[in-house]
Amino acid sequence: MRGYGWLVGAGALLAGLAVLAIGLELAGHEAGPALRALWSGAFGSWYALTSATLVRAVPLIVIGLGLALAFRGGVFNIGGEGQFYAGAIAATWVGLSVGGLPSPLAIAAVLAAAVLAGAIWVAIPVLLQVRYGVLEVISTLLLNFVAEALTSLLVQGPLQETQRIYPQSDPIAEAARLPLLPGTRLHGGLALALAGALLLHWVFRRTLWGFRLRAVGLGPRAAEIAGRIDSRRVAALALALSGAIAGLAGGVEVAGVSYALFQNLSPGYGFTAIAVALLGRLHPLGVVVAGILFGALEAGAGAMQREAGVPAVAVYVVEAVVILAVLLAEAARRHGAATLAALGTARAVPKAHG
Amino acid sequence: METVALAEGFLSAAVRVATPLLLAATGETIAQRSGVMNLGLEGVMLTGALAAALGAAGVGAWTGAAAAVIAGMLVAAVFALVAIGARADQVITGTAITLGAIGLTGTIYRQAFGAAGAGLDLPTLAPVPIPLLSALPLLGPALFDQPAPTYLGLLAIPAAWWFLWRTRAGLALRATGEAAAVARASGVRVRLVRAAATVVGGGFAGLAGATLVLAQVGTFAERMTAGRGYVAIAIVVLGRWHPVGVAIASLAFGAAMALQFLFQTLGLGVPYQLFLMLPYALALLALAGVVGRVRAPADLGKA
Repeated sequence: MRGYGWLVGAGALLAGLAVLAIGLELAGHEAGPALRALWSGAFGSWYALTSATLVRAVPLIVIGLGLALAFRGGVFNIGGEGQFYAGAIAATWVGLSVGGLPSPLAIAAVLAAAVLAGAIWVAIPVLLQVRYGVLEVISTLLLNFVAEALTSLLVQGPLQETQRIYPQSDPIAEAARLPLLPGTRLHGGLALALAGALLLHWVFRRTLWGFRLRAVGLGPRAAEIAGRIDSRRVAALALALSGAIAGLAGGVEVAGVSYALFQNLSPGYGFTAIAVALLGRLHPLGVVVAGILFGALEAGAGAMQREAGVPAVAVYVVEAVVILAVLLAEAARRHGAATLAALGTARAVPKAHG
Repeated sequence: METVALAEGFLSAAVRVATPLLLAATGETIAQRSGVMNLGLEGVMLTGALAAALGAAGVGAWTGAAAAVIAGMLVAAVFALVAIGARADQVITGTAITLGAIGLTGTIYRQAFGAAGAGLDLPTLAPVPIPLLSALPLLGPALFDQPAPTYLGLLAIPAAWWFLWRTRAGLALRATGEAAAVARASGVRVRLVRAAATVVGGGFAGLAGATLVLAQVGTFAERMTAGRGYVAIAIVVLGRWHPVGVAIASLAFGAAMALQFLFQTLGLGVPYQLFLMLPYALALLALAGVVGRVRAPADLGKA
């Protein structure tokens, strides 16, 4: 079944690219050059790979890991975008005032603030869910819009740069910036993302909590009755952790890429990460691969727009098709399994129905 | 006199802003009563908005509205195919549909109207004053001097109520949402009912998108629905899955959004972002107050 997962992922990606190619041809573009631009923008050179693809992959992987954690527990966190902004806001705030600290300490302070902010932001849906039974799907979604408006308010208000002209913050202190790979724009966030994936892999595989999480995700009632697991508590913690991790992604983006806060800091990373988590089949190492693929798509989309005149937003269609294709493949497998099971039952007890 | 004019202006704006929410939420009420939560509503509405702009630019405002309804139903049909036909997870399917709609509308819009994205000059649906009634003080202009979609939205409230509680089809639909297994056992074709309810809801959301373009803004912009589809879903919960409750909740949100215009008229220097946050923050507060005391259709969201 492991091989099947990779096959589904590859097939879904191909389906997405095929839909893009057909759509481009229908719209009067030439699909060939557009797809070539997409490829070269993503993997065409060392610089494209490191400074475009991997730089975009980092936030997708980090948020995607958090979402994989939440989805495994059966919790739908659709608020990664808002938690990312909460983390970015806190990281900027702290990053502006840690110039006096040694760099490792400054970076640690910035990232810790981001994690905390993500956790605080997601605490609202957690509280609403636990205390009032409000669906986390709706509450996390609605908070995305609040976070975006809050960012806009801050960069035109208290966090606006000293000149008070542009709607963005001042750059954060040099000490708070993540180290770069020489000659590229790739920052230390990638190492953090990979370490996070390994850590999560270990949590899922080797810890009791990871086992409980999966049990709750598969069936909260069964987990309570057969496993004596406090499902609500496990689910609430999963939601809180996923929010904190998305906050961290926002902090990493500020400390590694933008060095400042501004509107539209995220081109929808929180939503794309849903596709990443799903395509990675909620497996931490799968999320890394899927994150790099989607980072490549987003990086290539920019090149496609510059070189072939195809709007970069077109890649959202690819992402949507990928998600839907994975869902359909899973449905087909369930259907196939059900048919097999039915056949097995029929063969084992041939007279049961007679 | 000044105050009366101000109040009339505010109420009128509130109803105008509430109309797309009312339409989308009424359609989603029907879908959720059948057991389907369509998070793709945001994308359906956005697609409806673009279809309305294309239709209006090509032919006329009413063609645009019709195109929006059809486009909304088509996008909802894709959702139904995956979430109901293949029994995939509704939340993830809906998110994918919205993501795809953002990409599709953005691409088509730039293709059709140029990358610069200059404001379009589209034919719009002008207010149609109803004789006598529109002259009533305060509520007259708000309820009876509005573009046609507002009247459609207001008529949809009793229509949805009558359908859900006074027809056999409505009973079957509610049974599907409350106890799918029981409905199935009594001969209701559960997945067909859900698919139909979802597609009808899509038509409403498409019209909601058209209203935004043709009766409010007069142009299309990328991501112009700005979360209204999600707010509509929250409104369904706040309105306790009942057309009348949904209408009241929609108007409350319209009023919250229209506060922005009132404050601008009064010249109070409040940052506009606070008004952008208000509807969402309000929705969260209201959900906290309401949800514990109401019950969703028991089989909502279950495959």
